[in-house]
Amino acid sequence: MRAQLNRRSFLQVSAAAGGGLLIGFYLPPAVAAQGGAAPPPPPLSPNAFIRIQPDGKVVIIAKNPEVGQGIRTSLPMIIADELDVDWSAVTYEQADVDPVKYGPQSAGGSTGTPTNWTPMRQVGAAARLMLLAAAAESWSVPAAECTTASGQVKHAASNRSVGYGAIATKAAAMTPPELASVKLKEKKDYRIIGTKVHGVDNVKIVSGQPLFAIDFTLPGMLSAVYEKCPVFGGKVASANLDEIKALPGVRHAFVVDGVGDPNTLVGGVAIVADTWYQAKTARTKLKVTWDEGPTASQGSEGFKAQAAQLSTQTPAQWIRQDGDVDAALAAAAAKVEAAYSYPFVSHAQLEPEVCTARFENGKLELWAPSQTPGSALQSLTKVLGVQTADITMHQLRGGGGFGRRLYNDYVVEAAWIAKVVNGTPVKLLWTREDDMAHDPYRPGGFHYLTGGVDASGKLVAWRDHFVTYGNGKQTAATAGMGPVEFPAAYVPNLALGMSMMPLGVPTGAMRAPGSNALAGVMQSFIDELAHAAKKDPIQFRLDLLSAPVIPLPAPADGRPAPAPLNADRMKGVLQLARDKSGWGKTPPPKGRGLGVGSHFSHRGYFAAVADVSVSAAKAITVNKVWVAGDIGSQVINPLNAENQVHGSVIEAMSHLMNWEITIDRGRAVQSNFHQYQPTRMNQAPTAIEAHFIETDNPVTGLGEPALPPVLGAILNALYAATGARIRDLPLAKSGYSWA
Amino acid sequence: MPYTLTVNGRAASVDVPADMPLLWVIRDVLNLKGTKFGCGMAQCGACTIHLDGEPTRACVTPVSAVGAKKITTIEGLSADATHPVQQAWLANDVPQCGYCQAGQIMSAAALLAKKADPSDDDIDAAMTGNLCRCGTYLRIRAAIHDAAARSRTSRRAAAAPATTPAAAVK
Repeated sequence: MRAQLNRRSFLQVSAAAGGGLLIGFYLPPAVAAQGGAAPPPPPLSPNAFIRIQPDGKVVIIAKNPEVGQGIRTSLPMIIADELDVDWSAVTYEQADVDPVKYGPQSAGGSTGTPTNWTPMRQVGAAARLMLLAAAAESWSVPAAECTTASGQVKHAASNRSVGYGAIATKAAAMTPPELASVKLKEKKDYRIIGTKVHGVDNVKIVSGQPLFAIDFTLPGMLSAVYEKCPVFGGKVASANLDEIKALPGVRHAFVVDGVGDPNTLVGGVAIVADTWYQAKTARTKLKVTWDEGPTASQGSEGFKAQAAQLSTQTPAQWIRQDGDVDAALAAAAAKVEAAYSYPFVSHAQLEPEVCTARFENGKLELWAPSQTPGSALQSLTKVLGVQTADITMHQLRGGGGFGRRLYNDYVVEAAWIAKVVNGTPVKLLWTREDDMAHDPYRPGGFHYLTGGVDASGKLVAWRDHFVTYGNGKQTAATAGMGPVEFPAAYVPNLALGMSMMPLGVPTGAMRAPGSNALAGVMQSFIDELAHAAKKDPIQFRLDLLSAPVIPLPAPADGRPAPAPLNADRMKGVLQLARDKSGWGKTPPPKGRGLGVGSHFSHRGYFAAVADVSVSAAKAITVNKVWVAGDIGSQVINPLNAENQVHGSVIEAMSHLMNWEITIDRGRAVQSNFHQYQPTRMNQAPTAIEAHFIETDNPVTGLGEPALPPVLGAILNALYAATGARIRDLPLAKSGYSWA
Repeated sequence: MPYTLTVNGRAASVDVPADMPLLWVIRDVLNLKGTKFGCGMAQCGACTIHLDGEPTRACVTPVSAVGAKKITTIEGLSADATHPVQQAWLANDVPQCGYCQAGQIMSAAALLAKKADPSDDDIDAAMTGNLCRCGTYLRIRAAIHDAAARSRTSRRAAAAPATTPAAAVK
């Protein structure tokens, strides 16, 4: 869904109900459709992104889901800047879900910024031109003589000016310009983009006003809990529903068969009561006999043994092979062999899964914090048989996402329950235990690596046998590795092989999917080889990035071969991190060290340096982290950018120290935060510096790419401080803790 | 069971089971949605409220244990986000998703009520029970120091003799 919105888009204006200007930005469904000849544009239906009130106040529609990444602030900023209004005159409204009207609405893959950067500027710029033209016409002067600033059109020659609010109605009658032809501001002219703008919901957040999906309520609303089999893929055999129905406040209790798809609806028992506490209390009396199914035989211990066994065999398939790894290793001046592993990890967004739904007269209305509302609509149609035209979906702020809300299981569950209840709204709220037991986990994995450097210290050989999960042909969701996973394409003799283990546990995308696992391994092993080569770890990386790129053969299907990362951009952030951190200037005292990591993901180039102290008792302090990033020519909101970088460091620390979901007999062992600790205040570094290089490249997103390099930076700093190379995550398994 | 609670300075009568956690009484009976549910076992601090000024996890506090203690929720901290901690949170743009922040603010406000100028160690000790999954800890730390400075300033202003109009404007 990365359609170029500006390619086939239209502007239409019509008078808004309040007499203001209504600018619509239309996305024909053909753009969203994949391939095929584009059908003619459908009848245009108004889709307001901008509403200018007679008093000059501007309402801007925020199209995408907000889960803490700051898009509800940054997309309106982009429109407002091109519209040439003061940010203080702007308020926002959250768009409902309507992919035809708004184009793709999602929070995933750090795509919100790159896909909307140009279209949102065009919307704002087009509206500005229409306001300008309206004023020029009313003054009978050429539009070219008029300018705009701060929500006003001015004609300097006659010393006249008019506020946008006063001409909004007239502007509505102007012929809209073609979006693609609208001239956009130059970077030097931005007045909002690139400035420090505070989050648009901050006042509501700090004063506790209802805002989040969990806060939503309707008159007469019932509340639901939904119990699923603790073993993934299990089904309800029987349940004591009659007993449950007799409990205080319980209105409904029923079995849901489900469709067996963890991304939409798996079977379980729904309890619907007057209040959530009653439903939850009734659940403690629920007795279900489960048909656990085949996944009950799977567990982390078994996976570990199986992976070790597979590592001794030839990989089942090759991801990439360059040169002659065996010969290069035989000739290498130094060789390193190492086995790395990382566990299943749960998202643990702080607001548990929650959705309110009402089914009445064949129509479904939902209030949800989904990261992929468009695909939620498709799932609802598929599972419930309710057509998109009969679904209204409102977007509520989500209390964290991290990829968990890309999966709409809780939305479909709420809708299903509401459909059974019929006529009364129902809020489904999961417990934390539900959340941890039924997550599309970040998949674990195992890497059996061998690398070699030549006498000059150059990395000449790299072999990885990646043991992951899948059915033999297809890896489990986000459990794969691509042919350009760094350092692939920069090592002359390289072999990436892969073997898979069958998995009944659902997996899925979590902040920086793939990268949040692979970067820690690759950046650690590169560090091992740098030390084997007796080279400075940053210089070793810079040298590696100076090696000639080995191209991949073009795939048979005619698509372009995946491109490796851009070496110059990566060198740029490595050098920046080196300079800012004072790398190599003063040798740190005993028990303290600096480590580096770098990684390209989600179009963003990032390097991190961590300063870490380790006590004799294996207590780790992350003193400070420097993060350097290149996300293109413009950081839209530096205030939020810094916050996202802070979050990336803190989340990487959670990955490193404590996060592990253990699978035992087909179910998750950890059930709540006491067994699954995210980083806490007393463990947070004293300082995190975020630095950006603005390069002449497309503007891209920041939700994810700052995280992966931090994994390597801290692990490598741990090695620098102690000489201990920890290859199995989380660190707590090796006796470490935060100081 | 009928209970009369004092919530944000007002008496509130509720008829709920004795073991019902105060969190759900506040959220679903009194309809004050600022106090959040995160874990249900006092591990995350999203439900932090004040009982007679003491930061308390409402998710594990049965309503029957409240007695005559005064309950303050985030909604009762100020009428209009003017409490120094709220002001500092706004000035430092602390939130990312924002879900934990009511609990963070309540813990911070309780800390500052006891310790006007907390050290980083004091902050760590008081705030470690409040998870921020988004990782806003550095800004929280900065905001608490900022709130302490704001409180000092307002105390000085209150204690100082009447200023000249010019100085007051400034």
